[in-house]
Amino acid sequence: MTIAPREYDFQAARQRLETKPKSAGPKLGSLEDAVVRIKDGDHLALGGCLFSRTPLALVWALLRRRPKGLTFSRNLMCYEGEWGMVAGAVDRVVTSWMGIGLPWGLSRIQREVVEGGRVEFEEWSHLGLGLRYRAAAMGVPFLPSLTMLGSDLMGVGGSKTIECPYTGHTLHAVPALFPDVALIHVQRADRLGNCQIDGYPHMDADIVRAAATVLVTTEEIVSEDEIRLHADRTIIPGFLVDALVHAPFGSYPHEGYGAYDAEPEHFTAYVEGIQRRGAAGVADYLERYVYGPRSHADYLALFGQAQLDDAAARARMLTT
Amino acid sequence: MTVTANELLAVMGARELRDNSTVFTGVGAPMMASVLAQRLHAPRLTMMVEGGVIAPMWKPGELPISTNEMRAAYRAQMLPGITEAFLLAQRGFFDVGFIGGAQIDRFGNLNTSAIGGYARPKVRLPGSGGANDIISLCREVMILTVHEKRRFTERVDFVTSPGYLEGGDSRRRHGLLFGGVSRVVTTLGIFGFEATSRRMQLLALHPGATVEQVRENTGFEVLVSPHLTATTPPTEQELSILRMLDPKRQFIG
Repeated sequence: MTIAPREYDFQAARQRLETKPKSAGPKLGSLEDAVVRIKDGDHLALGGCLFSRTPLALVWALLRRRPKGLTFSRNLMCYEGEWGMVAGAVDRVVTSWMGIGLPWGLSRIQREVVEGGRVEFEEWSHLGLGLRYRAAAMGVPFLPSLTMLGSDLMGVGGSKTIECPYTGHTLHAVPALFPDVALIHVQRADRLGNCQIDGYPHMDADIVRAAATVLVTTEEIVSEDEIRLHADRTIIPGFLVDALVHAPFGSYPHEGYGAYDAEPEHFTAYVEGIQRRGAAGVADYLERYVYGPRSHADYLALFGQAQLDDAAARARMLTT
Repeated sequence: MTVTANELLAVMGARELRDNSTVFTGVGAPMMASVLAQRLHAPRLTMMVEGGVIAPMWKPGELPISTNEMRAAYRAQMLPGITEAFLLAQRGFFDVGFIGGAQIDRFGNLNTSAIGGYARPKVRLPGSGGANDIISLCREVMILTVHEKRRFTERVDFVTSPGYLEGGDSRRRHGLLFGGVSRVVTTLGIFGFEATSRRMQLLALHPGATVEQVRENTGFEVLVSPHLTATTPPTEQELSILRMLDPKRQFIG
């Protein structure tokens, strides 16, 4: 059993919200201004899913600060989880699945650190983790569900069942997960932090409601009028957001729906580095792509404008 | 025309799908099977994928690698979100769920978590993803997998996704009131589960496969149906549709 009572303590989570400022004012700042709010030992919930709309610019800025003792939770964990583990920043992962995708096979880093007992790996079903965020977003300590029952996943986090007070049936009481910080990337926001997402919503709307602190990067900053004109598209109201950063290509080389396609060849080169050198392959990668470049623009420059333009053209083709 | 393992799985999986129904599908062979069924006998089949995609019309040559990338959403009718997609299944809207390869035991339990103990595994596998939810929440589940001895084991080390658990009515006793594994489609044949014991049993052999071959490649005692049949080989039409969808053979092999 690995879940701690503070993860589902709905009263404490509510008190954290009640005592924090919920401003309707501007939130715009730098990546560094945003990640400075993350403390060692925090539980970070990452938005997006696998290699879609991953908040990579925030992860990039975070790892440069050499944090320690973090928990990363994400519905499907991609290589940002490997970065965190190899960087020594993450000692616990909460997810339903980890890897990049079928063509890239098992994650050798996941194998190495989990089999070696260096990182605690807490597995939930995909819906199970979704309901943990949903319960927290709703401000309740658990949600009843029919999933995960009878499986050995029930024992991993320490899930409990309840007897339905009406029908008498056995239900999984999925415990809430209130993260310390949510990190998400969106397509557009105004400077006040009102956010709109194109394409897949993933679990981001729940994550930002569940977390105590919310950090957002956005592809584009639009006017307040633009948000008001399409208010039905707003999924995160500004008063939920603590820090907002204008970060074009903020998920790259993962995809940003409608904005740019992912770069499977880059993933292949990354995995080849691991095949050659194991964890050192990731360490090399971090030196080159995370610790080396002095700004996120310098990081993108490593890929080159032509490649960014090509990724953007492919995304237009796939979404129009 | 030689038929690859994934082509065989896609064709045999497609034939199990009915028109005017719904399928919760994944990438790889399940996706190929679902699209093939739609293009042949089941034009009114609705597909949903795990990333939260309803009724996509995937572009030939641009099939998705993951269930939540732009290619998976191509010309979809709705992108409801991941939790919402699974909750549609929990409500009972999904007739069939498709799950790809894994370690499987004689009661249809699947392991995609860890070989040799959870805390300090010998091999850490990727995890459930949505497999546990699909097997728990769809009306029936079909498993598509390559038939290998290391996959077909007496007892899985860890039940990631519950089939019939310890057999009999144990699934129901654990609170899983609906669903269950209806078919295991492998590269050698098609399996069902005996009505009372819920042990896996061979129902049909694919062309060229033998019962002995199934026994040699299975780590538990193989029950054979008294009504054992043979499947019809994949047709030119079935294969040509799969090859049109995947001209670079990324998924059909």
